[in-house]
Amino acid sequence: MRRYSAFAIAREAARFHTGWERAWRSPEPKKKYDVIIVGAGGHGLATAFYLGKNFGITNVAIIEKGWLGGGNTGRNTTIIRSNYLQDPSAALYEKARSLYETMSQDLNYNVMFSPRGVIMLAQTEHEVRGYQRTAHANALQGVQTEFIGPERVKELVPIINIDGPRYPVLGGLWQERGGTGRHDAVAWGYARACSDMGMDIIQKCEVIGVRSEGGTVKGVDTTKGPIDCDKLGLVVAGNSGDLANMAGFRLPMESVALQALVSEPIKPCMDVVVMANTVHGYMSQSDKGEMVIGGGTDGFNNYTQRGSFHHIEETVRALCETFPMVSRLKMLRQWGGIVDVTGDRSPVIGKTPLGNCFINAGWGTGGFKAIPGGGWATAELIAKGEPGPLCAEFGMERFIEGRFIDESVAAGVAH
Amino acid sequence: MLTLQCPYCGVHAEETELHAEGEAHLKRFGPGSTDDEFETYLFMRENPKGVHFERWRHSNGCGKFFHAARSTTTLEVFGTYPAQTLEPPKDIKDKISAKYPGWRWREFS
Repeated sequence: MRRYSAFAIAREAARFHTGWERAWRSPEPKKKYDVIIVGAGGHGLATAFYLGKNFGITNVAIIEKGWLGGGNTGRNTTIIRSNYLQDPSAALYEKARSLYETMSQDLNYNVMFSPRGVIMLAQTEHEVRGYQRTAHANALQGVQTEFIGPERVKELVPIINIDGPRYPVLGGLWQERGGTGRHDAVAWGYARACSDMGMDIIQKCEVIGVRSEGGTVKGVDTTKGPIDCDKLGLVVAGNSGDLANMAGFRLPMESVALQALVSEPIKPCMDVVVMANTVHGYMSQSDKGEMVIGGGTDGFNNYTQRGSFHHIEETVRALCETFPMVSRLKMLRQWGGIVDVTGDRSPVIGKTPLGNCFINAGWGTGGFKAIPGGGWATAELIAKGEPGPLCAEFGMERFIEGRFIDESVAAGVAH
Repeated sequence: MLTLQCPYCGVHAEETELHAEGEAHLKRFGPGSTDDEFETYLFMRENPKGVHFERWRHSNGCGKFFHAARSTTTLEVFGTYPAQTLEPPKDIKDKISAKYPGWRWREFS
């Protein structure tokens, strides 16, 4: 792999850009791999990358039914933060956030990580108390956050209306080191690095069956034929239920549609990420100038990658109230992604009832921010066969043992 | 927009008039049940790509709970039926079979 650098750009400029090589190979599948990862999204590619980087396992295939990064990795609102209440979540998301800081250098691929700061608005007395509690918890966890008053919110976000008629802004949980990243670049950067380590990324190859023998996984059947493996990682977000079905077990998850939309591009007006969870909407401005807006999930199971219109209306209504200027914006695009939501709104990273088959799923509405951390933890899990400290508490058995990592309210995220 | 007919009041209600209430025909477990049974009842969910049975509530209407048979991949509705039953009525199952022969959902087919 030729490294990307300022020198490379100059060199290519001098020869009409004829020397750029493909960022990753597109090989045909081999008969057998040490590890097969199903799902070439952020988490799948990150898992493969850290399998190679941290454990030297490079005989790996990453199988993707569509194109890499074409699922939720390419559909989210790119927010990166780690201000969670529960200790296991804070550790996992903070690991991810810290890995984002050096990701561009680690991958030699510009993922445009922008630690611009994230505010979660407190618009009720309950939220004020909740976020103060989170700020204290974060201080104990070593995650740098701060509870700020409405004047400071206004200072950070001049376009905000802090005296809204329904829900005035009473303060906010401010994580200065949170921000956004370029979602596609995260997938592409990992893919390029994986391909460089000799891993095979096989796109347009759908898994149609999981083969096992005596309770241990043997391989997968795909639209490109059967492929054998010693270990299997299922990292497919919204389609986890379907894949688990093929592997013969059930999951404590349901798949629903989550929507997002972007406005027309405008001049820079907001240089932080703002999440307003009571009125249910969040917004940031992309480098192109579009306002990137996240909405809510539908209440019913759905695999269609499109959501209900009334949820967009609710989201935009909430934002008009919080940011009056939004009422003059035209919306450009709207889309949906299928997210798998667990009972306690925390992900599942762990072993499955099928031997040598591991799962990373259930990220619900917040998987992008966790990509490097989730990949790191899942790679350790697959390499050692046992969960490491990062994901020890995230196994599926927590549902039977009653050890929930309850972020359904604590995360302050409108699910 | 998703529209379901409430089997009680007959109204063709659109989504904002309704509230999704999760999987239908859950088998409930009480005191004295095993951990596995509790886990299955409380957390494990059918999450099919295709035919699905759900509970809905006509929350901004007559307020009653009912069941709906729906596809999660096409969003088509096969029918709705009252909640006082342990399994989907035959006419709805036949309607699904006509379109998706060989479908299965838990013990129903």
